[in-house]
Amino acid sequence: MDASTLGMWTFLITEVLFFGGMFAAYAVYRNMYPEAFASTSKYMDVILGGTNTAVLICSSLTMVLAVRAAQLSKRRDLIIFVILTMIFGSAFLVIKGFEYHSKWVEHLVPGIQNFQYEETRYLHNAQILFFLYFCMTGMHALHMIVGLGLLTYLLIQAVRRVYHANYFAPVEMIGLYWHFVDVVWIFLFPLLYLIGHRR
Amino acid sequence: MSANHEHHTPIPKVGTLVAVWAALIVLTGLTSAVSYIELGELNIVVALLIAVTKASLVAWIFMAVRHTTSLTKLFCVAGLAWLSILILLTYSDYSTRDWIYQAKPWATNKAAGESR
Repeated sequence: MDASTLGMWTFLITEVLFFGGMFAAYAVYRNMYPEAFASTSKYMDVILGGTNTAVLICSSLTMVLAVRAAQLSKRRDLIIFVILTMIFGSAFLVIKGFEYHSKWVEHLVPGIQNFQYEETRYLHNAQILFFLYFCMTGMHALHMIVGLGLLTYLLIQAVRRVYHANYFAPVEMIGLYWHFVDVVWIFLFPLLYLIGHRR
Repeated sequence: MSANHEHHTPIPKVGTLVAVWAALIVLTGLTSAVSYIELGELNIVVALLIAVTKASLVAWIFMAVRHTTSLTKLFCVAGLAWLSILILLTYSDYSTRDWIYQAKPWATNKAAGESR
């Protein structure tokens, strides 16, 4: 068990560095073009972003309760909490989808769309922020989708009575992964939605 | 992951988990509220401090780092050390590149900062 925990953390550290590269790029470009970056914040929906933060925190609570249920051999609770976690995770993706849709309608998707920006002096530099926004939230959303796949596997195995007090390592490991994805969003939310949105 | 060698991790209390959840929700509200107050450079500092606090709560309680072995804790710290090397060295490189064109960059940068 200690071995699988250590192995999972080693994998998560590689994930930290994977997302860390994008956070480093964000820090460098924000420092390079502070005004252009600040001007993009009015296009970020703080209400939707904040709601999604709360949704993910709730999903982390239900995930940790699912692990606890497995530790106590409470099969029914385990199934309920895994389903709740999946509902919260799906709700996050639906809200994210609405955000992406509004960015598309406003012509704020660089690369695959004719990017339009109200403040034309920031037309080029604002694209960097939106590029980073779609990379970072897109990779995060992809991790959520992978997490939902893993939870589906957990649900099937839980229904088949695989997990009990003497065997619940997969529940715990998938839980670690799910919490990690939550932690990434905990940093994405203030950096993309909150900083500079008063201006 | 053999079935009969499951570890003896203490089972967390529901109250502890719900308290952490409540703290995370309150901190999310707090960071959102503070972002509407103009604090200049301090806004990003406060936002990141709250984010680090939230991430630590998730890692320590939800991810049960508190119950892991010293080796796993050491791995977590090593991961953070590598992350800070990645971000700090990249950032310090890019943010000081134009210094090469200045006679005394530390002096002029300070003066520019004070006159702002």
